[in-house]
Amino acid sequence: MKFSFSAEQDEFRGNLRRLLAERVPTKEVRRLMETAAGWEREGWRQLDGTLGLSAIAIPEEFGGYGFGFGELCIVLEEMGRALVPAPYLATSLAARAILHVGSAADRTALLPGIASGVTIATLASAEDAGNWEAEATTLTATSGGDGWRLDGHKSFVLDGHIADLILVLARAPGSAGAKGVSLFAVEAGAAGFTWQALAVMDPTRKLARLTFDGVAARLIGTAGEAAAPYRRTMTEAAVALANEMVGGAERLREDALAYAMMRMQFGRTIASFQSMKHKQADMLLEVELAKSAAYYAAAAIDEGDDDAEAVASLAKAGAADAYVQTAIHAIQIHGGIGFTWDNDTHLWFKRAKSSEVLFGDGQHHREIMMRNWAA
Amino acid sequence: MEHTESAVRAACRAWLEAHWDPNRGLIEWRNILIDSGWGAPAWPKRWHGLDLPTGLVPVVEEEMARIGAVGVAKAGIRVLASATILAHGSDMQKEKFLRRSMTGEDTWCQLFSEPGSGSDVAGAVTRADMRGNHWVVNGQKVWTTSAHKADWGLLLARTDWDQRKHKGLSYFILDMKQQGVTVQPLRQMNGHASFNQVFITDALVPPEMLVANVGDGWEVTTTTLMHERRGADGLRSWAQASDRPEHIYQEERAEIATVMEPYKWYPQRAGRVDLLMPRAIETGAIDDPVVRQELAKLLIMAKSAEWTARRARAAQEQGRPQGPEGSLGKLAASHIARAAARLHTTMAGANALLTGPDSPLGGLIAEILVSVPATSIAGGTDEIQRNIIAERVLKMPREPSIDSDRPFRDVPRNTVR
Repeated sequence: MKFSFSAEQDEFRGNLRRLLAERVPTKEVRRLMETAAGWEREGWRQLDGTLGLSAIAIPEEFGGYGFGFGELCIVLEEMGRALVPAPYLATSLAARAILHVGSAADRTALLPGIASGVTIATLASAEDAGNWEAEATTLTATSGGDGWRLDGHKSFVLDGHIADLILVLARAPGSAGAKGVSLFAVEAGAAGFTWQALAVMDPTRKLARLTFDGVAARLIGTAGEAAAPYRRTMTEAAVALANEMVGGAERLREDALAYAMMRMQFGRTIASFQSMKHKQADMLLEVELAKSAAYYAAAAIDEGDDDAEAVASLAKAGAADAYVQTAIHAIQIHGGIGFTWDNDTHLWFKRAKSSEVLFGDGQHHREIMMRNWAA
Repeated sequence: MEHTESAVRAACRAWLEAHWDPNRGLIEWRNILIDSGWGAPAWPKRWHGLDLPTGLVPVVEEEMARIGAVGVAKAGIRVLASATILAHGSDMQKEKFLRRSMTGEDTWCQLFSEPGSGSDVAGAVTRADMRGNHWVVNGQKVWTTSAHKADWGLLLARTDWDQRKHKGLSYFILDMKQQGVTVQPLRQMNGHASFNQVFITDALVPPEMLVANVGDGWEVTTTTLMHERRGADGLRSWAQASDRPEHIYQEERAEIATVMEPYKWYPQRAGRVDLLMPRAIETGAIDDPVVRQELAKLLIMAKSAEWTARRARAAQEQGRPQGPEGSLGKLAASHIARAAARLHTTMAGANALLTGPDSPLGGLIAEILVSVPATSIAGGTDEIQRNIIAERVLKMPREPSIDSDRPFRDVPRNTVR
């Protein structure tokens, strides 16, 4: 297992960090989050195109750059740090689902559009119950003379209101558990497909509830065989989100430190008080530990480690706790101003909260760890 | 010999193949090893070494392990003594101590902490006064590992009370086998007595046993402490003796057993994370959803800390500047040990009330519970550790000092003597 980034990876990260700082400062984050879509296609296309972000982890044969999952996680960490409102996580996970579940024909048909940055995609698996496991699927897929039709709903779908292509988990009528679960692709313009934006607590990460009323769909991969490769996709989703989270956590920690170094009370900077120093030391510990787990998990995915599922859940649960705790500390360190809308801290606080719950909370992921490790 | 991995490996292997003989006596062999320079290859050529870059030392260690050769004595405080003397000592001191420390003939202890100065080592009040042609030492030291076996002590003492705190200290080598030095075991809350108290009454130190100059004591102490921190991780790695039958291995095993004896409860003070999963399965606690959650939380912390240490090591091996990840291990270890002790308690249930052979795992769980509190104190308390992280890593303002701007004589201090 590798425990450090290469010089090329460091350079890429540096370029990306500079680009995001320049193009998506917090002022821009605030502007976008106040819009209904929470994102602008043209602006994102330019940003995405500058470094070819959408192509990073897609194999070269499908129009991508063919880098690893580790490189994708570097992008996500930096996007989480800058709090970029963009459908990047959604599209990346949809691409992973196509890679894992899809046939060669599916990949050839769908991945080049994603790699080019033209297609915005998302993965719709959870429903009103808020469970991301394949077993919880109730939306049904029926096959008739004119192909597959989907009926039911999906909820908590990342960027479901703007996606051009929706990857939908569905099951055969009458099937139960992991059996009979398939993945389908639906185009946003399809008849019978409607979306409703959810009123979300984290305005930088929009979610939608999707309704499918006899929607024509393209089967991805083999009918009834999606549960296992989908599970692999969700293992990667946990790692991707963990990396996004540690980026945000580190940014919060640094901003809170900078504020403490500048804020004067009682004739001295508050950073000179031992209570503040000890809090900052604890924050550094939590964030660095979470980073180590997120990086390790990304490497475990790239190396096909047998333990990847447990490690992914470890990284997700660890990053969530670290991010939320760092956000709580950061607001506390800012004092009264930290509770105002004008101060930026709450933007990351809300992202921490949304990330904590997305794809399963800490309790859920700790239980996955134990199922893997407690025999 | 070129300073490349292949050249060093070839030279070391050739020398070992020509000279290694497990039927020699331990000290005889170590003297041969020291004469060759392979015993301390990173040391200067003039002082038993080969001037090898530290990065190549692992190559030598690999070659020694490959052939099964016994190395120089590394256990205990002697490593700190050697490093300190090498950095600050006089030629006479290097002559007198370095070789005998490496052969294992001399044993050392460290006389820094006092009842009145724990975290604040520079507040030492043990005094050394020049009387006639000797330094005369009076005071009390504490937390001294292996003092009862030591031939020599690394002594920090105050030589000038009119100087400011850090400037009035000097560093001496104290002959432990003299009248005026009394060693008493210090019993800990877990019942073991791994450390000693050392009472020093009119003990004598000849002037040539001053290390560096009068007033340099703090600087020299910093060197010793730096090596102590660096070596803390190595404690367990060098403690494994070969189980081969030849006489030299028997001698080495006896030496390690003696030196390691005080540390036998150290794995317990770290919380024995390794025992948690087997205990959970054995006690059936693994079916308790609360235990499952708590155990997972602990494993998240323990694994993340392990990977953080690996990140730090990877950066070091690549010669990159060390990031903040290198300073966090000790603080993480405290959290992990405490959480592990809590879980051991939960899983033991009412049996956590018991100790001794009839209690869980023959007393081991009880020993964990009463040893873990040492983790957040020994080698720098969590509070000092947080100050260090905040000041050195995060560059936050230093603690205001109210004891460094005046003669030490006028600094308020504990009266415990």
